[in-house]
Amino acid sequence: MVIGILALQGAFEEHGAMLERLGTEHFEIRQRKDIERPFDGLIIPGGESTVMDKLLRESGLFEPLREKIKAGLPVFGTCAGMILLANKLDGGKPCFKLMDITVKRNAYGRQLGSFFTESEFNGLGLVPMTFIRAPYITSAGPHVQILAEVDGRTVAARQGKILATAFHPELTDNTAVHNYFLQMAKG
Amino acid sequence: MEDRYKLNKELAQMLKGGVIMDVTTPEQARIAQDAGACAVMALEKIPADIRAAGGVSRMSDPKMIREIQEAVSIPVMAKCRIGHFVEAQILEAIEIDYIDESEVLSPADDLYHIDKRKFKVPFVCGARDLGEALRRIAEGASMIRTKGEPGTGDIIQAVRHMRAMNAEIRRVQNLCEDELYEAAKQLQVPLNLLQYVHSNGHLPVVNFAAGGVATPADAALMMQLGAEGVFVGSGIFKSGNPSKRAASIVQAVTNFTDSKLIAELSAGLGEAMVGINEDEIALLMAERGK
Repeated sequence: MVIGILALQGAFEEHGAMLERLGTEHFEIRQRKDIERPFDGLIIPGGESTVMDKLLRESGLFEPLREKIKAGLPVFGTCAGMILLANKLDGGKPCFKLMDITVKRNAYGRQLGSFFTESEFNGLGLVPMTFIRAPYITSAGPHVQILAEVDGRTVAARQGKILATAFHPELTDNTAVHNYFLQMAKG
Repeated sequence: MEDRYKLNKELAQMLKGGVIMDVTTPEQARIAQDAGACAVMALEKIPADIRAAGGVSRMSDPKMIREIQEAVSIPVMAKCRIGHFVEAQILEAIEIDYIDESEVLSPADDLYHIDKRKFKVPFVCGARDLGEALRRIAEGASMIRTKGEPGTGDIIQAVRHMRAMNAEIRRVQNLCEDELYEAAKQLQVPLNLLQYVHSNGHLPVVNFAAGGVATPADAALMMQLGAEGVFVGSGIFKSGNPSKRAASIVQAVTNFTDSKLIAELSAGLGEAMVGINEDEIALLMAERGK
């Protein structure tokens, strides 16, 4: 299995290190020519969603990636990645519009609102969760499965082969969520 | 507080591969965000104008910083004077996302930097070499940048600092473990931070380039030299076409090894900022705070 990591901006190296630990082959995607090779899953990392949205369109990656995800390419978006996948963005323009969720950007406020916690993730037990100027999901459609909540707010969800978390599993030592994504991509 | 420091280092990780732009108005902040800035630095005067105006240069008006915070969704940074912990307290009170304890402003203390561990908000500090970087990190900086000469449009100092940092990191990596005690003394840095560099081959925090970046080529040069992202100060809003130049620098940072693309990005950008050569300037800001 080979995973492509969107490497336009943000913490993409951290996802690469995580996949390294799980023994999964991966490569970075910056330009259209980078996706000419076959791959079995896509990770959209944390960073600034406005930057990635702009660079996706300028690089010509937006349309082909959107088509691939629509056609069933498994995708995992963390933080900014979740924002890019959402159908609706509170107070902003959505990007891919591929997941039936409404997301609130900077939902916990500025950097002083960033926090770390542990919470249950879809029966996998307690998972460490790092929230950096994070969003959360304010509403989800009927085909969306809620995977994790913190203080009554939805912070992880899945729709078909699309997985999104408001937190950053790539910043912790715990491989459970990445492992979940790889199983989902295999299945 | 350890958790908070970790979260602050992690915010810097989210900025990697991005461009942080100096802005002086909400309007400029919106232009910067639309051009793909991953954060903005709110300040009253850009460094080129601070240099031209002379006199004492201080933290910006909190009202102006607030207006910029309201104008954009990306993180907003602001500068305080070296050692001026009350300016830092004010910036924390208005919930700034990152404080730059900056040599661009007039230093408030010629001996001590701010004890940044006392703060919840993160700090970025300038460093010309490994010693300065690790001293700032020991004080609580969660991000480092080069101390390239601000407001000059001359890249030479940022290049010098990045090369010096990397050369020293390589040297430390090659020391024997029992040589690190003496090296820590010579560099005037805590042993544990030097041990980290010895084992990992990089700083324990993110390292950006700053000072003198004026073109997409400058930005890509710093990335190829090992910067993890770029600050652009006067280079954008002192140029002929800020919006286009800003967007081109953003793309050059993402695709810093693609020379064909950088050639395209460099074409027809209009006038770059005029710039001053390093031997023409009277005030070396990088000498502030060591």
